[in-house]
Amino acid sequence: MRERLSGNEAVAYAIKQINPDVMPAFPITPSTEIPQYVSTYIANGEMDTEFIHVESEHSSMSAAIGASAAGARALTATSSCGLALMWEELYVAASDRLPIVLALVNRALSGPININADHSDSMGARDSGWIQIYAESNQEAYDNFVQAYKIAENPGVMLPVMICQDGFITSHGVENIELIEDELVKGFVGEYDPVHYLLNAKEPMAVGPYAVSNYYMESKRGQREAMLNAKHVILDTAAEFEKISGRKYGFFEEYRLNDADYAIVIIGSAAGTAKAAIEQIRKTTHEKVGLLKIRVFRPFPEEEIAEALSNVKAVAILDRSEMFSGTGGPLGAEVTAALYRAKSEAEVVNYIYGLGGRDITIQDFTEIYDELKRIADTHEIRDNYRYIGLRERGRDNG
Amino acid sequence: MISDRINENSPWQDITQGNKLFEAATSREFITGEWRTQMPIHNAEKCRDCYLCVPVCPDMSIIVNKDEKIEFDMDHCKGCGICAKVCPFEAIKMEVQG
Repeated sequence: MRERLSGNEAVAYAIKQINPDVMPAFPITPSTEIPQYVSTYIANGEMDTEFIHVESEHSSMSAAIGASAAGARALTATSSCGLALMWEELYVAASDRLPIVLALVNRALSGPININADHSDSMGARDSGWIQIYAESNQEAYDNFVQAYKIAENPGVMLPVMICQDGFITSHGVENIELIEDELVKGFVGEYDPVHYLLNAKEPMAVGPYAVSNYYMESKRGQREAMLNAKHVILDTAAEFEKISGRKYGFFEEYRLNDADYAIVIIGSAAGTAKAAIEQIRKTTHEKVGLLKIRVFRPFPEEEIAEALSNVKAVAILDRSEMFSGTGGPLGAEVTAALYRAKSEAEVVNYIYGLGGRDITIQDFTEIYDELKRIADTHEIRDNYRYIGLRERGRDNG
Repeated sequence: MISDRINENSPWQDITQGNKLFEAATSREFITGEWRTQMPIHNAEKCRDCYLCVPVCPDMSIIVNKDEKIEFDMDHCKGCGICAKVCPFEAIKMEVQG
């Protein structure tokens, strides 16, 4: 079904098709539209999800945890400070092994206060034990959401999933999109049939018991196992999804990477601009430039990334969040570690870009590829953790 | 007993997903009485079996036995002293535990 929808509308449409049991939510820019559209669908009788008007995001995640523990298919949506307010519950949802889905519309964390896209919110939550899947476009946000419950509810996984897209850029930008027929989506996602749930009178149970030093580590190791299991479940789900949609997904997308000498690694909507830059460069200077766009950040596919980058001479890893660490941004540090373990000889440089919604342009990407060529030729990296698109003294700040 | 199946010697593979417990009232098995620094001493002669102490105990550690007399569950009593405070007959006294 061909449509034109914003990213928020696309995710809300997927929610309508799945028709989960319980959605507690609290509005926050730029994700507000998601619960708003869902409320409209409910009011129009198009779906029968129980919508809970909560007083904060601390409550929305708490209510989602309660609903999921009771045996319901639960979800919520949020952004930025909303995610920060549910920080405590994010860890609880993961350690209780509840397959909740969160539609996250990425937005910079305060402060300074800002409503535009960057990844500081979800990157801060990267250690919470949630699976994280990112989208470049509205189509990918929709497709990822349709796949989310199948991954979360797999008996070997049972972990919450965050479906991320870039605030305003995809959440509010309207694009053409290919929707899947209702029956196909419903058949693909299936009904949720939990093995253990609080409302089962035949099996009294306790969720979230006290686990002090004699149980905490074993519990965490169990979560790690679930993350490892999630890797093949994510790929199996993508393969099954391809059958109903014709669209292919993996841990990441390789764009003109096969023969590339110089590669960029990036997450999210800016990959679209990078692709345009790649086409321009390949047409004009014929330099072999390529892209690796991360889709799944948790579990982190370190071996697969290193393998995909095994033939490049130089890599630039682009982070849309600051970590204030000498090792660069979170993606930079993890990809560099993956390459080190794989004994890669590629030169690596890390850029911070697009914070608080700052644009990144084709010109910026061209500059990065030029720099990669220079580094590969000279083996001289001047600063392996730097900013792009930053006004600086002594530079043309146009 | 849940502790027969999951205990401090269980490898991580044997811990249930999300530490979920499939039994009711498992807190009985978690012995918290060792946190206590004072203990209640019951004077049976002064006690009039009014049971006022029973509902005020925050840990449900005062039990009425089959002879309709009170008993303390020292596995869970934390020595808070609320029972001693509420007793109209001074039949419960708190003593520092040796």
